[in-house]
Amino acid sequence: MFIKQISVFLENKRGALREMTELLGKSGVDLLALSVADTQNFGIIRIIVSSVATEPALKLLRDNGYTAKVNHVICAEVPDRPLGLCELLSLIEQANLSVEYMYSFLRASRGSEGAHMILRLSDGEKAMQVFQMHEVNLFSQEDVDAL
Amino acid sequence: MEMSQREHRIYNPAMECISRDELHKIQGERLVATVKREYENVPMYRARMDAAGIKPEDIHGVEDLKYLPFMEKTDLRDYYPFDLFASPKSEIVRIQGSSGTTGKPIVSGYTRNDIEIWSEMMARTLTAAGATKDDVVQVTYGLGLFTGGFGAYQGADRIGAMVIPMSSGNTNRQIMMMKDLGTTLLCCTPSYATYLGETIREMGIDPNKDLKLKAGCFGAEPWTEEMRKRIEELLGIDACDIYGLTEISGPGVAFECLEKHGMHINEDHVIAEIINPATGEQLPYGKPGELVFTTITKTGMPMLRYRTHDICTLTDEKCGCGRTLARMGRITGRTDDMLVIRGVNVFPSQIESVLVRADGVAPHYMLIVDRINSSDTLEVQVEMTEDMFGDTISHIENVRKYIIDQIKSVVGIASKVTLVAPKSIPRSEGKAKRVIDNRNLH
Repeated sequence: MFIKQISVFLENKRGALREMTELLGKSGVDLLALSVADTQNFGIIRIIVSSVATEPALKLLRDNGYTAKVNHVICAEVPDRPLGLCELLSLIEQANLSVEYMYSFLRASRGSEGAHMILRLSDGEKAMQVFQMHEVNLFSQEDVDAL
Repeated sequence: MEMSQREHRIYNPAMECISRDELHKIQGERLVATVKREYENVPMYRARMDAAGIKPEDIHGVEDLKYLPFMEKTDLRDYYPFDLFASPKSEIVRIQGSSGTTGKPIVSGYTRNDIEIWSEMMARTLTAAGATKDDVVQVTYGLGLFTGGFGAYQGADRIGAMVIPMSSGNTNRQIMMMKDLGTTLLCCTPSYATYLGETIREMGIDPNKDLKLKAGCFGAEPWTEEMRKRIEELLGIDACDIYGLTEISGPGVAFECLEKHGMHINEDHVIAEIINPATGEQLPYGKPGELVFTTITKTGMPMLRYRTHDICTLTDEKCGCGRTLARMGRITGRTDDMLVIRGVNVFPSQIESVLVRADGVAPHYMLIVDRINSSDTLEVQVEMTEDMFGDTISHIENVRKYIIDQIKSVVGIASKVTLVAPKSIPRSEGKAKRVIDNRNLH
């Protein structure tokens, strides 16, 4: 019941994440899930790709000088309602387990066109202006509420 | 050289102003006795002399020094802890030490005689900077295995000055004591002197009005004329350079007088030579080369032709202060890759030994040394390997902390460890470049 995940070590350097996604993207690797854990000096990128693409993606990363590993993680469904996540976490807590990290899939399950990423950026106001200038589709509070 | 208008104080004029001929005679006698002692008591050195075909009887004076085999820092590691002692352990009254080239520290054993000699050398050192029994000497070198603190303490004690054995750290308290007790002479590393000066200025203290400082003896790390000017301005003092090493005794092997024109070597206790580091051949005064010391009065752990790997020149021109003791110029470099960071000797090989012993760590590393806010910093860049790489931040942070702790325990200084991408540290053919020193010390 475990699923495969690739973890990649990245130095906290300008362009590092873009370079890595470019490498994967140009080879046709489709990211199904992504998380970025960062510290002042380095980051760990965790990605999930289709099971057939996992080994080739790992090889590609290593061949290009990345430190990368495959690990196994659990994917649990969380009911889409208030307290849905909380109930799952309660189970984990009662079992005396702790969460080391958690992130979500990029694709909404209900046939939506794209994934919805939640971003926190260093300058939110400026980012908002840039996104609007480039006609990036942004969700407003109303859009979120209407989901 | 022109005589300056300064008043020069000399602790032991009979020795410090001795004629060169008389000095060579005394050096010769003391050398002969030391070689005999070493040959009889230190099997390692006897074997080395035997291998070179030299007997103690072959050494008649300073001119025969060149026939003796060298000693190296690695000898202190290989014969650690007691096998270089030339006196019974019961005669040893002190151990001092410093970091070695790899994991183990090096130690030196001192007999009562050796402590007395060392104290005398430091008394001369402090006196040359102007100290008398009326002075208040603040020692901010660490008091411990490191020779800096005890050396300065003993010298000031010998003069009869009032000693404040502060040891290192706690700058605010240092400044408070300096002000309250009227410190007149400061002993610390030049970088700490700069930091103290900057802090004093920031606190709005005017050293010329609020403090009684007049001079400082600064050493344990290389520094420049620019740093001297800055320290003298910041603290309103005369800043004198001092030189020493644990293997020979500690601080006070050589010292500057107020002429500030090279460091007088205590030649009645040590003989200095300059050699060609590649051939081991002696070089004449004035030529730059590797500094080599022979102790001629020490009994606990005498060192014969000890290679310092420091590069400098010697001169026996008479100094404006009246001393006849030869002087060594500033250290202009090293023949090996030793670094001095916050007064601590650091060899890249020590860092390498830590990395090699840590599981899964690649032996590729880069040391980046800098001086930020007058304090030396050491960054160790280590490549991330798959063995080290865990999937969580805490796992990687633990690896990083482990390396920092190991470096601290082996080298004795705090470092910053940065994990970098694999193969991002340049590989070079031949001797790898392991150090980037941004301090411009030479």
